[in-house]
Amino acid sequence: MKTSHRMLAAALAVALTSCGSGSEPAADDGTTTLSFLVDNSPASLDTAKALTDAFMQANPNITIETETRPGGSEGDNIVKTRLSTGDMSDVFWYNSGSLLQALNPAQTLVDLTGDPVLANVQEDFLNVVSQGGKAYGVPAGSAMGGGILYNRKVYERLGLQTPKTWAEFMANNDKIKAAGITPVIATFRETWTSQLFVLGDFYNVQAAAPTFAQDYTANKAKFATTPAARGGFEHLAEVHAKGHLNEGFGSATVDQGMKLLVEGKGAHYPMLSAQLPPMVSETPQAATDIGFFGIPGNDPAKHGATIWEPGALYIPKNTENLETAKKFLAFVATPAAADAITKAVQPAGPYRIKDATLPDDAIQAAKDLQTYIDDGATAPALEFLSPVKGPSLEQITVAVGSGLTPPAEGAAQYDQDVEKQARQLGLAGW
Amino acid sequence: MTRQDAGPRTGPGRAPERRRDRTARGRQRSAYPYALYLPAAVVYVVIFGVPTVMAFYFALTRWTLFDSEFVGLQNFRDFFAEQNLRIGFTNTLVYAVVTSGLKVVLGLLLGVLLTSRLRLRGFLRSVVFFPVLVSTVAVGFTFTALLRPDTGLVNRALALVGVDGPDWLGDATTALLSVAIVDVWKGVGIATVIYIAGILSIPQEYYQAVAVDGGGAWHRFRHVTMPLSWPATYSVIILSFIGGLRSFDLIWTMTRGGPGFTSDTIASIIYKQYQAGFFGLSTAGNVILFVVVTAIVVPLNWFLGRRQATP
Repeated sequence: MKTSHRMLAAALAVALTSCGSGSEPAADDGTTTLSFLVDNSPASLDTAKALTDAFMQANPNITIETETRPGGSEGDNIVKTRLSTGDMSDVFWYNSGSLLQALNPAQTLVDLTGDPVLANVQEDFLNVVSQGGKAYGVPAGSAMGGGILYNRKVYERLGLQTPKTWAEFMANNDKIKAAGITPVIATFRETWTSQLFVLGDFYNVQAAAPTFAQDYTANKAKFATTPAARGGFEHLAEVHAKGHLNEGFGSATVDQGMKLLVEGKGAHYPMLSAQLPPMVSETPQAATDIGFFGIPGNDPAKHGATIWEPGALYIPKNTENLETAKKFLAFVATPAAADAITKAVQPAGPYRIKDATLPDDAIQAAKDLQTYIDDGATAPALEFLSPVKGPSLEQITVAVGSGLTPPAEGAAQYDQDVEKQARQLGLAGW
Repeated sequence: MTRQDAGPRTGPGRAPERRRDRTARGRQRSAYPYALYLPAAVVYVVIFGVPTVMAFYFALTRWTLFDSEFVGLQNFRDFFAEQNLRIGFTNTLVYAVVTSGLKVVLGLLLGVLLTSRLRLRGFLRSVVFFPVLVSTVAVGFTFTALLRPDTGLVNRALALVGVDGPDWLGDATTALLSVAIVDVWKGVGIATVIYIAGILSIPQEYYQAVAVDGGGAWHRFRHVTMPLSWPATYSVIILSFIGGLRSFDLIWTMTRGGPGFTSDTIASIIYKQYQAGFFGLSTAGNVILFVVVTAIVVPLNWFLGRRQATP
């Protein structure tokens, strides 16, 4: 009864002041309650549960209450609103890279630069959670690859080799189609999935134009006028023009796409490797049958993969439990925390914590990605190198991928979209 | 600007009479003390008036929720430069015209049907009205499932008669019309109820007169029901046209403006700006939508209202 009274009082306080702090004050018995906001995707929820359970077991006098929010841009706006009204939870999980920049971290987040909390975080990762030289977060979960997930059983049966160039990829597609299997899966009902051919192609863009990211941020390079950058749009259009897509691609969902891939009805799916781990419990062959390769470019000697960095945990400035929150973040950035996550959710790629390794029974796609990393053949996606990312890319790529817009026009439309975003962000030079 | 303008009015004529009228009406209105209006007025001003006025200011700023910076008309320029804006305007108009047109036709036919002597009349009236009661988002999700190309009920039914149905919502040519038809399914109940009320208010004498003149069912419909239910038509057109112009929820749940930009309406374009965190820009879009809806509906209202006054 005592707790429910307290909750009632807290609820009342929130209702009365209309902007409660979101954190409960420390209770009489020495326990601290920490609120923790995560997005509601199954992978995030499982990861959050594994982290909080392990942490609470080690710290019995701390309770973490997990709240959920929707993902996508709806979730972005919830995070922004709660931060700007001082109503954010003590710790929250959010993207790194360009989306973090839009949160105005210098004004809203606790600066962790030089704090022992970050001692175990890989140096490379700090770049994507920093603004103006100050670091704000610790990595949550594992990195993932953005490229082609492919069905290894189909490859085995048809005697195919993983392609190193786009031409080889298209040659494979022809053979797969001849065997009566859908060569490329597209799921444009969930529009974000249509962007992979463009965003996942960034390794190739960087290989061909090493300064593209800087020039692009400075409004000097454009997608439409950089042949390598335009390549992603062209690939997207070519796959559709050759009739390689599954039937009903315009209204298919990610779940349907993953199912087609795992069942071997489709051979390739341009996707993030993070889609695989949640499939493993129901369809165990997702762990072994599905492999990963980076989107092939033109030069076989320069084949590599594009990587998406994991999101991170941040502490908002309005927290009343700063020390406890830091303690939690320090725990998250340990190999022990990575092990706890591995037990609950198969990692989709390597961790960004020093000395945290992939388990031996990691899913095949994660192992494939690790090979790229060991070979040094990876690049972070553009959104981790530049704050500039147009919001309409997913609609433009659906239009290009459905044959409604020619690729060159799509690239030009995206340049225009990016210009609008940069102006809205108030970036210099636009 | 000067007060003397009112001078000539002081002479004899109709003005004093009007003033008396006005005071008489004023006395009638103050049957309740004004203080009683105050709570409603406060609520209205605080949650409608103030935000509306603020919107006109924020439309002129670059607004990130954390801070806002005055940028003049830049947002309006950006919004008009939006590449899909032309599609959006066309789609919005097509959608509004198709849905209100179909609602008028179907609503009138159903209204006539459901005011005739029918067995199960009460039941059928409920059936027609039922979709109105269902949440729009639920309708959107249900029809998204029904319209799926491979497993959806609609295409399976079509397959039984040998028709290979398209990917209704995933195909650029059918997406917007599919949504419009679902909108009609959902909204025709309201139109029917309005028509039922309109038809029932037509005095029986007119029908008797047609019968005396030897007119049949078609004459009754063409020369009595249709012209005399004009007030109902007027209400249906205005309501569904405004609804069509603001259409958003159904389109968003069913296609999200897709595939690509082919079923975008002004409202969905605005919402996407908001989603992207361009709050100033989306507010500017809303101001534009406000102006456009007003510019279309006020003349339409005036035109239809004039016809209503002289039937």
